[in-house]
Amino acid sequence: MANVISNVALVPGIYVMKIEGKFKGNMGQFYMLRSGTGYPLLPRPISIYDIGEESISFLYRVVGEGTNLFSQLQPGQEIQLEGPFGNGFPQVEGSLALIGGGMGTAPLLLAAKYYPHAHVYLGFAQQAFGVEAFEAVAASVQVKVGGSIVEQVDPTLYANMFSCGPTPMLQALAMKTVDTSSRLYISTERHMACGIGACLGCTMRTRGGNRRVCKEGPVFPVEEVEFDDLHGV
Amino acid sequence: MISMACNIAGVPFKNPIIMASGTFGFGREYAEFYSPELLGGIVGKGLTLHPKAGNTGSRIHETASGMLNSVGLENPGVAAFLKDELDDMTHWNTAIIANVGGSNLEEYVQAVAMITENAQKRRTMNRRGVDMLELNISCPNVKQGGMQFGIQTEVAREVVRQVRNVTALPLVVKLSPNAENITQMAVMCEEEGADGVSLINTFSAMKIDIRRRRSVFANTYAGLSGPAIKPIALRMVHQVAQAVSIPVIGMGGISSVEDIIEFTMAGAAAIQVGTYNFVHLHAGAELVHGLEQWMQREKVQSLDEIRGIL
Ligand SMILES: Cc1cc2nc3c(=O)[nH]c(=O)nc-3n(C[C@H](O)[C@H](O)[C@H](O)COP(=O)(O)OP(=O)(O)OC[C@H]3O[C@@H](n4cnc5c(N)ncnc54)[C@H](O)[C@@H]3O)c2cc1C
Ligand SMILES: Cc1cc2nc3c(=O)[nH]c(=O)nc-3n(C[C@H](O)[C@H](O)[C@H](O)COP(=O)(O)O)c2cc1C
Ligand code: FES
Repeated sequence: MANVISNVALVPGIYVMKIEGKFKGNMGQFYMLRSGTGYPLLPRPISIYDIGEESISFLYRVVGEGTNLFSQLQPGQEIQLEGPFGNGFPQVEGSLALIGGGMGTAPLLLAAKYYPHAHVYLGFAQQAFGVEAFEAVAASVQVKVGGSIVEQVDPTLYANMFSCGPTPMLQALAMKTVDTSSRLYISTERHMACGIGACLGCTMRTRGGNRRVCKEGPVFPVEEVEFDDLHGV
Repeated sequence: MISMACNIAGVPFKNPIIMASGTFGFGREYAEFYSPELLGGIVGKGLTLHPKAGNTGSRIHETASGMLNSVGLENPGVAAFLKDELDDMTHWNTAIIANVGGSNLEEYVQAVAMITENAQKRRTMNRRGVDMLELNISCPNVKQGGMQFGIQTEVAREVVRQVRNVTALPLVVKLSPNAENITQMAVMCEEEGADGVSLINTFSAMKIDIRRRRSVFANTYAGLSGPAIKPIALRMVHQVAQAVSIPVIGMGGISSVEDIIEFTMAGAAAIQVGTYNFVHLHAGAELVHGLEQWMQREKVQSLDEIRGIL
């Protein structure tokens, strides 16, 4: 249990929640969050958005009952959280692009902080949010509202790319990267129950066999991913 | 001095709190958060003779006060379990129970024979093996086998009889709430020489994605667990406990010390915790400490004082 410091809407339906305490975590890892004592029963996986000396932040979209409960939390109220879980983005050398779509921008902020030389591409369907946070730390930030941000990315410019977003976006990026030497890592999603690798509820089919998104993932090199088994954001 | 200890089919348990199959892996993942030695026992993920990849598509969905799962018995197979998992598990001072499933009779028999032989071999080397078997005739999430064996008593009888023939290990049969008559099923298990029964496995259930106009699960149906099923599980444990004289291990939605007491009052010799492991990462440890405190507060020296009082 930890105390909520602040919980504010950036745009309608999309919130940043800051929670008090000393927390660990790397770029691309997530926490399991749960609020209240009854329904929903299961905690919800949310990526680490930012970590400070005395706090951790999450950027989340209200999609159902669980995230709706999160949005109602007031400063001073308690939330249950466990983590950090998952593998996160790898340590890489050389040029790097961070490509996020919608909520998929959430796990990229820590990467942008860690790699200030990275070029950031952010795509949104209707309304941009959280762009300033990237602008404060990144060398360059390109934003597109509507259409596909992937059109603006030239994979040949980058040794590595980290991406998270809707499946069609990830797939388009993968297609564009096929004949390049750029290494693409994508963050995947699955419904989760335990979050630590015990229930096999989040298993995803990959080229290397079954993988637990919560344990071996959520970040995978694109070569391993079977796109037809990827559930969208 | 209060004592939480209990004995089931000759196997000592330091307390009646056992982690349910499929919800605790083989213990390793949870061991990073608290010591499995606190627990009475661990039932490993359901095993089949051969490795199984499990179901494709969505595997879990939350419902009102419960969850649906369609994992489909993904597991490494008996041989890999004995080679890669058992050493770590027997390292912990807690009872180790192997949960065994199968797609046909021969698979059940072979899987059980392999585990039994392994346990005997280890014993000659003075090493611990599997302490107990839990026969899973109740998994609703596999197309072949699993629950199909757990619906009709006479079909199940053959599995229990043949498995009993090849093992001297303590044998508990895990019953399905989808059985035509769960009491009859339990009586049959006792007749065929089972050392105990455990119940319940998940209810066959469903969720439709109305936008896509299809079931959320590739297998159409999935298994319902969690607090939503607790009242029915409790009733079934009560009925079965009255019908048999072998120990009954109760489970289904247990999420608090009060739930454990209810199942004990209904006649359970021990209980298993499944879905609650997902609600609280430290569920097992929390319940063990909570039960001890409850017994102290209520001045109950042993759960025998309240077991089966209804
Ligand atoms: C590793 C990981 C990191 C994530 N990070 C973030 C994040 O930083 N910010 C954020 O807003 N969201 C994130 N998500 C998604 C988030 O977990 C879901 O939006 C949340 O669980 C929805 O819960 P709910 O109770 O509000 O909705 P529910 O009532 O559970 O569901 C509402 C709708 O969302 C769908 N849904 C629920 N969970 C998921 C899921 N995990 N994947 C795909 N669809 C789902 C359901 O099918 C349903 O259509 C992440 C998911 C994963 C697996
Ligand atoms: C994700 C999941 C996987 C399960 N896998 C198995 C299994 O492999 N073998 C088995 O006998 N029961 C399995 N079960 C059933 C549980 O062991 C237990 O009987 C059931 O969930 C009811 O208890 P609960 O309400 O406390 O979860 C599984 C349950 C869940 C939720
Ligand atoms: S959520 Fe349980 S194994 Fe990944």
